[in-house]
Amino acid sequence: MMSTHLLLPLGLHIPDGFLTVPVALAWWVLTVIAVGVAVRKVGASLNERQIPLMGVMAAFIFAAQMLNFPVLGGTSGHLLGGALAALLLGPWAAVLVMACVVALQALLFQDGGLLALGANIFNMGVATTLIGAFVGAPLLRLLGGQRWGLVLVGFATAWLSVVAAALLTSMQLVLSGLSAAVVFPAMLFVHLFIGVGEGLITVAALGFVLTTRPDLVTTMASYLNPATLQRPLNRRSILGVTGGGLMFAVGAALLSPLASGDPDGLERVAEDQGFIDRALDPFFNLLPDYTLPGLDGPISTIIAGVLGLLIVFGLVYGLTLLLRGRNQERA
Amino acid sequence: MLSSSTLDRYIAGQSPVHLLDARVKLSLTLAYILALALLPSGAWLVMGLCAAMLWVAVRWSQVGLRTILLRAFVALPFALVAVTLVFSVPGQPVFRLPLGPWVLTASDAGLVRFASIVFKSWLSVQAALLLTATTHFTQVLYALRALRLPTVLVAILSFAYRYLFVMIDEAQRMLRARECRSAETPGQHSGGSIVWRARVVGQMVGTLFVRSYERSERIYLAMLARGFTGELRTLNPRSLTQREQGILIIGLATLAGLVLMTYLA
Repeated sequence: MMSTHLLLPLGLHIPDGFLTVPVALAWWVLTVIAVGVAVRKVGASLNERQIPLMGVMAAFIFAAQMLNFPVLGGTSGHLLGGALAALLLGPWAAVLVMACVVALQALLFQDGGLLALGANIFNMGVATTLIGAFVGAPLLRLLGGQRWGLVLVGFATAWLSVVAAALLTSMQLVLSGLSAAVVFPAMLFVHLFIGVGEGLITVAALGFVLTTRPDLVTTMASYLNPATLQRPLNRRSILGVTGGGLMFAVGAALLSPLASGDPDGLERVAEDQGFIDRALDPFFNLLPDYTLPGLDGPISTIIAGVLGLLIVFGLVYGLTLLLRGRNQERA
Repeated sequence: MLSSSTLDRYIAGQSPVHLLDARVKLSLTLAYILALALLPSGAWLVMGLCAAMLWVAVRWSQVGLRTILLRAFVALPFALVAVTLVFSVPGQPVFRLPLGPWVLTASDAGLVRFASIVFKSWLSVQAALLLTATTHFTQVLYALRALRLPTVLVAILSFAYRYLFVMIDEAQRMLRARECRSAETPGQHSGGSIVWRARVVGQMVGTLFVRSYERSERIYLAMLARGFTGELRTLNPRSLTQREQGILIIGLATLAGLVLMTYLA
C-alpha cells in the first residue's frame, strides 16, 4: 500500500522537536495574522457556494500532491501546489485552502508537527500562495497576458515559491540552533531542483485548465480576465512584484551574518584546510567580502547586503516601469 | 481500491482514551508537545517520565504500543538535518570520523543535543498519533471549533476531510491508468524526457482540478436541494463533565510541574 507521507515534498514538513519554542510561536503568530486576514478578505465575498468549493479544492491539492513522476535514481517529483492554488483561486482563498491542506497533513498523517504547524503553514501555505498571487499575477499583466507570458510566469512563481518555502524552513531551523553552513546549502540545493519540477507541473496544469475550461479560470481568478490583463499595472502591483523579491532577499541579508557568524562544521573544516578564501573569492567582487570599508562586524554585512539589494530593487523597478510604458503604448 | 479505512489512521475502539472528550485530548496533546519542546536537552529523567506517561496512555487506548512506536518513525528522516549538531556544538571530543580529506570531531554536548532532539521529536509524533488513532476527525474538528478556530476554517476542513479520500481515489485511478499505458522494458524508462513527464503530470493535475471543481458544483447543488442556506449548523458544545475537567487540570498541572522542575533543579 502506498503511503502518502513518502510522497510529500522532501524536508519541508518540520516535525515537532526541531524548532525551539520561541521560533515556533513566532511563526504561529505570523500564520494566525495571515490566515486571519485571509478569513476576513474571503469572508467578505464568501457566499455559501464557496465553502464546498474550497473544501474540495483543499482535497484536490492534497490528492494532486500524490501525482508523481520519476525523476532520477528512484526519486520522484511532484507538486507542492501553493503557487498553482494562488493562480487558480486568487490569493486569499488559496491561503485558506493551503492552510487547510497543511493542517490536515499534520492532524491526519503526522506530516509535520503540531507546535511546528504555524511555521509549516506559513512556509507551504502562506509564502507560496502570496508569491503566486502578488508576484505572479502582476507579472502576468506586465507581459500583456500572452500565452508565453503565462508559461514564463507560472514557471517562475512556482519555482520561486518552492525555493522560498525551503529558505524559510532553513531559516527557522537555523534560528532554532541548527548549523547554517549545512542546512542552507542542503535545503536550497535540493529544492532548486524540486522547484523546477513544480514549475513544469504548474505550467502544464494551468495550460490544461485554460484550454479546457477557460470560463472557469476567469470566474475564479479574475486577474486572468482579458479585460484585467489589458489594464496597465498600478504602482501597487509593481511594488508587489519587486517587493516580493526584496522581502526574501532582505531576510537572507539579515541572516547572512548569522550564517557565517561562528564557523561551524564544514566551514571550520574548510577554514582549517585554508581554502575558504579561495572558494569564496569570485562571489564578492562588488562589495568585497560583503562588508563596507571602515565598518566591521555583522552590522556592516547587513548594511552591505541591504545596499546590494536596494541596487537590484532599483534596477528591477526601473525595468518594470519601462515595460509598463511599452504596454500602455500598445494598448 | 484505496479507501478511508486504509488511509485514515483512526482506529475504532471503546477504550477510556477513545471515550475521553476530544477537547481534553487535543488540549493535552498540544500541552504535551509544548512541554517536551520546553525541556532543555539532556533532561533525560524528565523526558523518560514524559515517555512513560505517554506509553501508559497508549496502553489504556488499546491501539497497540507497537503500532504507535513504529508509525512514529515517519519523522525520523528529518533527523538527518540535525545530525550535524553532533559535530558543530563545541564540547569534549568523543570520537573522530574521517571523511575523505577531513576529520569530523564529535563532541559530547553535540551528541546530547542531537539525541534529545530526535527523542523529543519521536515522542511528539507518538502523542499526535495517539490523538489521531483514538479520536475521529469529526471530533477533532469539534474540538478545534471549541478552541475558537474560525467557523469558515472548520467548515473548509470538514469538507476537505469528507472529500479527501474521494479525491485521493481519483488520483490513484489516474496513476493506475498511466501505469497501464506506460509499458516498460527492463533498464529503460517509458515515456519521454523529464520535461515531457512533468507535462503529463501537470495535465493530470489539471484534469483533477477540473473534476474537483465540477464535483464541488454537484455537491453544492445537492446541498441546496437539501435545504442548505449557507449556514452550517452544529449542536451546541456541551460543557465538560467534572471528571473531564479534572483529567484536563491534572494533566496540564503534571506537565507544567515537570517543566518547572527541570528548570528549578
